[in-house]
Amino acid sequence: MHELSIALGIVKIAEDETAKVNAEKVTKIELEIGVLSGIEIDSLNFVWKSAVQDSVLEKAEKEIIIIEGRGKCIDCDTEFDMENIYDCCPNCNSNFKGILKGKELKVKALEVI
Amino acid sequence: MCGTCGCGTDGNGPIILKPGEHKHMHSHNEHHHHDGHSHSHHDHSHEHKHKVLEIEQDILQNNQVLAARNRGYFEAKNIFALNLVSSPGSGKTSLLERTLADLKDEIPFYVIEGDQQTLNDANRIDALDIPVIQINTGKGCHLESDMVYDAVKKLEMQNDSILMIENVGNLVCPSMFDLGESKRVVIISTTEGEDKPIKYPDMFHTSDICIINKIDLLPYVNIDVNKLKNYALQVNPNLQFFEVSATTGDGMEAWYKWLKSKKQKAKSLKPHIKFKR
Repeated sequence: MHELSIALGIVKIAEDETAKVNAEKVTKIELEIGVLSGIEIDSLNFVWKSAVQDSVLEKAEKEIIIIEGRGKCIDCDTEFDMENIYDCCPNCNSNFKGILKGKELKVKALEVI
Repeated sequence: MCGTCGCGTDGNGPIILKPGEHKHMHSHNEHHHHDGHSHSHHDHSHEHKHKVLEIEQDILQNNQVLAARNRGYFEAKNIFALNLVSSPGSGKTSLLERTLADLKDEIPFYVIEGDQQTLNDANRIDALDIPVIQINTGKGCHLESDMVYDAVKKLEMQNDSILMIENVGNLVCPSMFDLGESKRVVIISTTEGEDKPIKYPDMFHTSDICIINKIDLLPYVNIDVNKLKNYALQVNPNLQFFEVSATTGDGMEAWYKWLKSKKQKAKSLKPHIKFKR
Protein backbone atom coordinates (compact mmCIF):
# COMPACT_ATOMS: atom_id res chain seq x y z
CA MET A 1 0.00 0.00 0.00
CA HIS A 2 2.48 2.63 -1.15
CA GLU A 3 -0.47 4.90 -1.83
CA LEU A 4 -0.33 5.89 1.86
CA SER A 5 3.24 7.12 1.40
CA ILE A 6 2.11 8.98 -1.70
CA ALA A 7 -0.83 10.55 0.15
CA LEU A 8 1.46 11.64 3.00
CA GLY A 9 3.85 13.09 0.42
CA ILE A 10 0.95 15.12 -0.98
CA VAL A 11 0.07 16.34 2.52
CA LYS A 12 3.67 17.45 3.07
CA ILE A 13 3.72 19.40 -0.19
CA ALA A 14 0.39 21.04 0.65
CA GLU A 15 1.56 21.95 4.18
CA ASP A 16 4.82 23.46 2.85
CA GLU A 17 3.20 25.44 0.05
CA THR A 18 0.41 26.73 2.29
CA ALA A 19 2.93 27.90 4.88
CA LYS A 20 4.98 29.69 2.20
CA VAL A 21 2.08 32.01 1.34
CA ASN A 22 0.76 32.24 4.91
CA ALA A 23 -2.52 30.67 3.95
CA GLU A 24 -4.72 28.88 6.43
CA LYS A 25 -5.95 25.91 4.50
CA VAL A 26 -6.41 24.36 1.10
CA THR A 27 -9.88 24.44 -0.43
CA LYS A 28 -9.04 22.49 -3.54
CA ILE A 29 -6.17 20.35 -4.70
CA GLU A 30 -5.53 19.25 -8.27
CA LEU A 31 -3.49 16.11 -8.80
CA GLU A 32 -2.16 14.76 -12.06
CA ILE A 33 -1.79 10.99 -12.08
CA GLY A 34 -0.73 8.99 -15.09
CA VAL A 35 -2.18 5.54 -15.77
CA LEU A 36 1.37 4.13 -15.94
CA SER A 37 2.52 5.78 -12.69
CA GLY A 38 1.98 2.71 -10.53
CA ILE A 39 -0.70 4.34 -8.40
CA GLU A 40 -4.11 2.77 -7.90
CA ILE A 41 -6.58 5.65 -7.73
CA ASP A 42 -8.99 3.54 -5.66
CA SER A 43 -6.28 2.82 -3.09
CA LEU A 44 -5.33 6.50 -2.96
CA ASN A 45 -8.96 7.44 -2.37
CA PHE A 46 -9.16 4.77 0.32
CA VAL A 47 -6.24 6.15 2.37
CA TRP A 48 -6.97 9.80 1.62
CA LYS A 49 -9.26 10.51 4.56
CA SER A 50 -6.89 9.26 7.21
CA ALA A 51 -3.86 10.81 5.49
CA VAL A 52 -5.30 14.34 5.36
CA GLN A 53 -6.80 14.30 8.84
CA ASP A 54 -5.67 17.33 10.91
CA SER A 55 -3.79 18.76 7.95
CA VAL A 56 -4.42 21.79 5.71
CA LEU A 57 -5.98 19.35 3.26
CA GLU A 58 -8.62 18.03 5.65
CA LYS A 59 -11.48 19.93 4.04
CA ALA A 60 -10.03 20.26 0.57
CA GLU A 61 -11.86 19.12 -2.52
CA LYS A 62 -9.68 16.68 -4.42
CA GLU A 63 -9.61 16.62 -8.19
CA ILE A 64 -7.62 13.92 -9.96
CA ILE A 65 -6.69 14.53 -13.55
CA ILE A 66 -5.90 11.18 -15.14
CA ILE A 67 -3.24 11.26 -17.82
CA GLU A 68 -3.54 8.51 -20.42
CA GLY A 69 -0.44 6.59 -21.47
CA ARG A 70 1.36 7.34 -24.72
CA GLY A 71 4.54 5.82 -26.07
CA LYS A 72 6.82 6.19 -29.07
CA CYS A 73 8.48 3.20 -30.70
CA ILE A 74 12.26 3.46 -30.78
CA ASP A 75 12.49 1.18 -33.82
CA CYS A 76 9.86 2.67 -36.17
CA ASP A 77 8.92 6.01 -34.55
CA THR A 78 5.21 5.13 -34.34
CA GLU A 79 3.37 6.94 -31.56
CA PHE A 80 0.70 4.88 -29.81
CA ASP A 81 -1.65 4.79 -26.83
CA MET A 82 -0.50 2.68 -23.88
CA GLU A 83 -2.68 1.00 -21.28
CA ASN A 84 0.09 -1.09 -19.75
CA ILE A 85 3.75 -0.48 -19.33
CA TYR A 86 4.49 -3.63 -21.38
CA ASP A 87 2.39 -2.70 -24.44
CA CYS A 88 4.44 -3.16 -27.59
CA CYS A 89 4.41 -1.10 -30.77
CA PRO A 90 1.19 -1.84 -32.73
CA ASN A 91 3.04 -1.25 -35.98
CA CYS A 92 6.23 -3.35 -35.66
CA ASN A 93 5.69 -5.22 -32.33
CA SER A 94 8.95 -3.86 -30.87
CA ASN A 95 9.19 -3.69 -27.07
CA PHE A 96 11.64 -0.79 -27.25
CA LYS A 97 9.76 2.40 -26.65
CA GLY A 98 9.95 5.70 -24.90
CA ILE A 99 7.06 6.60 -22.62
CA LEU A 100 5.87 10.06 -23.60
CA LYS A 101 2.98 10.40 -21.17
CA GLY A 102 1.35 8.46 -18.36
CA LYS A 103 4.07 8.37 -15.68
CA GLU A 104 2.93 11.66 -14.11
CA LEU A 105 2.51 11.87 -10.35
CA LYS A 106 2.15 15.54 -9.53
CA VAL A 107 0.45 18.11 -7.41
CA LYS A 108 -0.61 20.45 -10.18
CA ALA A 109 -2.29 23.22 -8.24
CA LEU A 110 -3.61 24.22 -4.84
CA GLU A 111 -6.41 26.64 -4.11
CA VAL A 112 -5.70 28.16 -0.72
CA ILE A 113 -7.53 30.53 1.56
CA MET B 1 0.50 3.80 12.30
CA CYS B 2 -0.16 6.87 14.35
CA GLY B 3 -3.90 7.19 14.92
CA THR B 4 -3.88 10.97 14.88
CA CYS B 5 -2.27 11.76 11.60
CA GLY B 6 -1.33 8.46 10.01
CA CYS B 7 2.32 9.38 9.85
CA GLY B 8 3.74 6.11 11.05
CA THR B 9 5.68 6.97 14.20
CA ASP B 10 4.91 5.85 17.73
CA GLY B 11 6.90 2.66 17.37
CA ASN B 12 5.60 1.80 13.94
CA GLY B 13 7.90 4.09 12.00
CA PRO B 14 11.16 2.85 10.55
CA ILE B 15 13.58 1.58 13.16
CA ILE B 16 17.23 1.38 12.18
CA LEU B 17 19.28 -1.09 14.17
CA LYS B 18 22.60 -2.87 14.22
CA PRO B 19 22.54 -6.53 15.28
CA GLY B 20 22.65 -6.58 19.09
CA GLU B 21 21.01 -3.21 19.49
CA HIS B 22 17.73 -2.98 21.35
CA LYS B 23 14.55 -1.79 19.86
CA HIS B 24 13.15 1.17 21.76
CA MET B 25 9.44 1.03 22.09
CA HIS B 26 9.06 4.71 21.50
CA SER B 27 10.60 6.78 18.82
CA HIS B 28 13.24 9.35 19.62
CA ASN B 29 11.88 11.62 16.97
CA GLU B 30 9.67 14.15 18.52
CA HIS B 31 6.30 14.19 17.04
CA HIS B 32 4.01 17.06 17.68
CA HIS B 33 0.35 17.08 17.04
CA HIS B 34 -1.98 19.96 17.04
CA ASP B 35 -3.76 19.17 20.23
CA GLY B 36 -7.14 20.35 19.21
CA HIS B 37 -6.87 24.00 20.24
CA SER B 38 -7.56 26.05 17.18
CA HIS B 39 -5.66 29.10 16.07
CA SER B 40 -7.23 32.19 17.56
CA HIS B 41 -9.18 34.01 14.96
CA HIS B 42 -8.98 37.73 14.65
CA ASP B 43 -12.04 39.63 15.73
CA HIS B 44 -11.80 42.20 13.02
CA SER B 45 -13.33 41.05 9.78
CA HIS B 46 -11.19 40.55 6.76
CA GLU B 47 -11.84 38.92 3.44
CA HIS B 48 -10.58 35.43 2.92
CA LYS B 49 -9.17 35.47 -0.55
CA HIS B 50 -8.84 32.37 -2.60
CA LYS B 51 -5.47 32.06 -4.16
CA VAL B 52 -4.46 29.47 -6.72
CA LEU B 53 -0.94 28.13 -6.46
CA GLU B 54 0.21 26.45 -9.67
CA ILE B 55 2.94 24.40 -8.11
CA GLU B 56 3.37 21.49 -10.55
CA GLN B 57 5.41 19.57 -7.99
CA ASP B 58 6.34 15.93 -8.36
CA ILE B 59 4.92 14.01 -5.39
CA LEU B 60 7.99 11.78 -5.17
CA GLN B 61 10.32 14.77 -5.23
CA ASN B 62 11.40 14.47 -1.60
CA ASN B 63 12.34 10.84 -2.08
CA GLN B 64 14.16 11.64 -5.31
CA VAL B 65 16.17 14.47 -3.79
CA LEU B 66 17.47 12.26 -0.99
CA ALA B 67 18.05 9.39 -3.42
CA ALA B 68 20.22 11.73 -5.48
CA ARG B 69 22.09 12.65 -2.33
CA ASN B 70 22.70 8.96 -1.56
CA ARG B 71 23.80 8.36 -5.15
CA GLY B 72 26.28 11.22 -4.98
CA TYR B 73 27.71 9.85 -1.75
CA PHE B 74 28.09 6.38 -3.29
CA GLU B 75 29.77 7.79 -6.39
CA ALA B 76 32.17 9.91 -4.40
CA LYS B 77 33.22 6.91 -2.34
CA ASN B 78 33.19 4.58 -5.35
CA ILE B 79 30.58 2.36 -3.73
CA PHE B 80 28.56 0.15 -6.08
CA ALA B 81 25.08 0.02 -4.54
CA LEU B 82 22.46 -2.59 -5.42
CA ASN B 83 18.78 -2.49 -4.54
CA LEU B 84 17.52 -6.10 -4.30
CA VAL B 85 13.76 -6.43 -4.80
CA SER B 86 11.42 -9.41 -5.05
CA SER B 87 8.32 -10.99 -3.59
CA PRO B 88 8.75 -12.54 -0.14
CA GLY B 89 10.37 -15.96 -0.27
CA SER B 90 12.14 -15.75 -3.63
CA GLY B 91 15.51 -16.15 -1.89
CA LYS B 92 16.95 -12.64 -1.61
CA THR B 93 18.61 -13.30 1.72
CA SER B 94 19.89 -16.76 0.71
CA LEU B 95 21.35 -15.32 -2.49
CA LEU B 96 22.96 -12.57 -0.46
CA GLU B 97 24.38 -15.02 2.11
CA ARG B 98 25.93 -17.20 -0.59
CA THR B 99 27.35 -14.21 -2.48
CA LEU B 100 28.85 -12.66 0.63
CA ALA B 101 30.33 -15.94 1.85
CA ASP B 102 31.97 -16.62 -1.53
CA LEU B 103 33.25 -13.11 -2.29
CA LYS B 104 33.92 -11.45 1.05
CA ASP B 105 37.65 -12.08 0.87
CA GLU B 106 37.85 -10.25 -2.47
CA ILE B 107 35.34 -7.42 -2.05
CA PRO B 108 34.42 -5.34 0.99
CA PHE B 109 30.64 -5.64 1.38
CA TYR B 110 28.06 -3.75 3.40
CA VAL B 111 24.42 -4.71 3.77
CA ILE B 112 21.21 -2.86 4.59
CA GLU B 113 18.31 -5.19 5.39
CA GLY B 114 14.73 -3.99 5.04
CA ASP B 115 11.90 -5.88 6.71
CA GLN B 116 8.72 -4.90 8.48
CA GLN B 117 9.83 -6.61 11.68
CA THR B 118 12.67 -8.55 13.33
CA LEU B 119 16.45 -8.54 13.17
CA ASN B 120 16.47 -12.07 11.70
CA ASP B 121 17.94 -11.18 8.32
CA ALA B 122 20.55 -8.85 9.81
CA ASN B 123 21.58 -11.64 12.17
CA ARG B 124 22.04 -14.00 9.22
CA ILE B 125 24.35 -11.47 7.53
CA ASP B 126 26.09 -10.59 10.80
CA ALA B 127 26.98 -14.28 11.19
CA LEU B 128 29.19 -13.84 8.10
CA ASP B 129 31.03 -10.90 9.73
CA ILE B 130 29.67 -8.41 7.22
CA PRO B 131 28.70 -4.96 8.54
CA VAL B 132 24.91 -4.79 8.42
CA ILE B 133 22.11 -2.45 9.41
CA GLN B 134 18.51 -3.57 9.76
CA ILE B 135 15.71 -1.19 8.90
CA ASN B 136 12.35 -2.24 10.33
CA THR B 137 9.71 -0.35 8.42
CA GLY B 138 6.91 -1.23 10.84
CA LYS B 139 3.76 -1.10 8.73
CA GLY B 140 5.72 0.31 5.80
CA CYS B 141 5.78 -1.84 2.69
CA HIS B 142 8.99 -0.53 1.11
CA LEU B 143 12.23 1.28 1.85
CA GLU B 144 12.52 4.99 1.09
CA SER B 145 15.64 6.99 0.41
CA ASP B 146 15.62 8.79 3.78
CA MET B 147 15.76 5.45 5.63
CA VAL B 148 18.74 4.38 3.51
CA TYR B 149 20.33 7.77 4.13
CA ASP B 150 20.10 7.24 7.90
CA ALA B 151 21.29 3.64 7.66
CA VAL B 152 24.25 4.61 5.49
CA LYS B 153 25.36 7.12 8.10
CA LYS B 154 25.47 4.31 10.66
CA LEU B 155 27.39 1.96 8.38
CA GLU B 156 30.51 4.14 7.99
CA MET B 157 31.48 2.46 4.74
CA GLN B 158 34.98 2.40 3.34
CA ASN B 159 35.71 3.43 -0.25
CA ASP B 160 35.71 0.98 -3.18
CA SER B 161 33.11 -1.38 -1.77
CA ILE B 162 29.73 -2.87 -2.63
CA LEU B 163 26.54 -2.04 -0.75
CA MET B 164 23.67 -4.52 -0.94
CA ILE B 165 20.30 -3.08 0.03
CA GLU B 166 17.73 -5.83 0.53
CA ASN B 167 14.35 -4.21 0.15
CA VAL B 168 11.15 -5.32 1.87
CA GLY B 169 9.79 -8.45 0.15
CA ASN B 170 7.08 -6.93 -2.01
CA LEU B 171 6.85 -6.87 -5.78
CA VAL B 172 4.69 -3.74 -5.98
CA CYS B 173 5.50 -0.84 -3.71
CA PRO B 174 9.33 -0.65 -3.76
CA SER B 175 9.28 -0.06 -7.52
CA MET B 176 8.35 3.60 -7.12
CA PHE B 177 11.04 4.52 -4.63
CA ASP B 178 14.54 5.24 -5.87
CA LEU B 179 17.02 4.67 -3.04
CA GLY B 180 20.03 6.06 -4.89
CA GLU B 181 21.21 2.63 -6.01
CA SER B 182 23.59 2.10 -8.93
CA LYS B 183 21.54 -0.84 -10.22
CA ARG B 184 18.24 -2.43 -9.28
CA VAL B 185 18.11 -6.23 -9.17
CA VAL B 186 14.79 -8.05 -9.26
CA ILE B 187 14.83 -11.66 -8.08
CA ILE B 188 12.23 -14.20 -9.12
CA SER B 189 12.26 -17.86 -8.27
CA THR B 190 11.22 -20.86 -10.33
CA THR B 191 8.42 -21.61 -7.86
CA GLU B 192 6.67 -18.43 -8.93
CA GLY B 193 4.50 -18.11 -12.04
CA GLU B 194 6.20 -17.34 -15.34
CA ASP B 195 3.76 -14.50 -16.00
CA LYS B 196 4.81 -12.56 -12.90
CA PRO B 197 6.68 -9.93 -14.96
CA ILE B 198 3.47 -8.85 -16.67
CA LYS B 199 1.40 -9.20 -13.50
CA TYR B 200 3.78 -6.88 -11.66
CA PRO B 201 5.27 -4.93 -14.55
CA ASP B 202 6.44 -1.84 -12.66
CA MET B 203 9.11 -3.72 -10.76
CA PHE B 204 10.51 -5.37 -13.88
CA HIS B 205 10.28 -2.11 -15.78
CA THR B 206 12.45 -0.26 -13.27
CA SER B 207 15.04 -3.04 -12.75
CA ASP B 208 18.33 -3.50 -14.59
CA ILE B 209 19.08 -7.09 -13.66
CA CYS B 210 16.79 -10.10 -13.26
CA ILE B 211 18.04 -13.05 -11.25
CA ILE B 212 16.08 -16.27 -11.68
CA ASN B 213 16.70 -18.21 -8.47
CA LYS B 214 16.05 -21.82 -7.41
CA ILE B 215 16.97 -23.34 -10.80
CA ASP B 216 17.82 -26.55 -8.90
CA LEU B 217 14.04 -27.02 -8.53
CA LEU B 218 13.36 -26.90 -12.29
CA PRO B 219 12.79 -30.68 -12.61
CA TYR B 220 10.03 -30.47 -10.01
CA VAL B 221 8.17 -27.33 -10.94
CA ASN B 222 6.00 -26.49 -13.87
CA ILE B 223 7.64 -23.37 -15.27
CA ASP B 224 8.98 -22.43 -18.68
CA VAL B 225 12.00 -20.23 -18.01
CA ASN B 226 12.12 -18.97 -21.60
CA LYS B 227 8.52 -17.87 -21.35
CA LEU B 228 9.32 -16.07 -18.10
CA LYS B 229 12.24 -14.30 -19.78
CA ASN B 230 10.12 -13.31 -22.76
CA TYR B 231 7.48 -11.81 -20.49
CA ALA B 232 10.17 -9.92 -18.62
CA LEU B 233 11.73 -8.65 -21.86
CA GLN B 234 8.32 -7.53 -23.04
CA VAL B 235 8.16 -5.27 -19.99
CA ASN B 236 11.80 -4.24 -20.12
CA PRO B 237 13.84 -5.17 -23.21
CA ASN B 238 17.05 -4.03 -21.50
CA LEU B 239 16.93 -6.58 -18.67
CA GLN B 240 20.00 -8.74 -18.16
CA PHE B 241 19.41 -12.24 -16.72
CA PHE B 242 21.26 -14.57 -14.40
CA GLU B 243 19.95 -18.06 -13.71
CA VAL B 244 21.18 -19.34 -10.37
CA SER B 245 20.59 -21.59 -7.42
CA ALA B 246 21.66 -19.94 -4.20
CA THR B 247 21.32 -23.34 -2.52
CA THR B 248 23.55 -25.45 -4.79
CA GLY B 249 25.67 -22.61 -6.18
CA ASP B 250 24.77 -23.38 -9.80
CA GLY B 251 25.10 -20.35 -12.08
CA MET B 252 26.53 -18.14 -9.33
CA GLU B 253 29.87 -17.70 -11.16
CA ALA B 254 28.29 -15.55 -13.90
CA TRP B 255 26.67 -13.34 -11.27
CA TYR B 256 29.98 -13.03 -9.39
CA LYS B 257 31.79 -12.16 -12.62
CA TRP B 258 29.29 -9.39 -13.27
CA LEU B 259 29.59 -8.07 -9.70
CA LYS B 260 33.39 -7.99 -9.91
CA SER B 261 33.34 -6.31 -13.33
CA LYS B 262 31.02 -3.61 -11.99
CA LYS B 263 33.24 -2.97 -9.04
CA GLN B 264 36.31 -2.70 -11.25
CA LYS B 265 34.51 -0.50 -13.72
CA ALA B 266 33.45 1.83 -10.97
CA LYS B 267 37.08 2.07 -9.98
CA SER B 268 38.37 2.81 -13.49
CA LEU B 269 35.71 5.46 -13.92
CA LYS B 270 37.13 7.42 -11.06
CA PRO B 271 38.24 10.67 -12.62
CA HIS B 272 41.81 11.75 -12.43
CA ILE B 273 41.28 15.41 -12.92
CA LYS B 274 44.18 17.77 -13.11
CA PHE B 275 43.43 21.38 -12.71
CA LYS B 276 45.17 23.74 -15.08
CA ARG B 277 45.69 27.33 -14.28
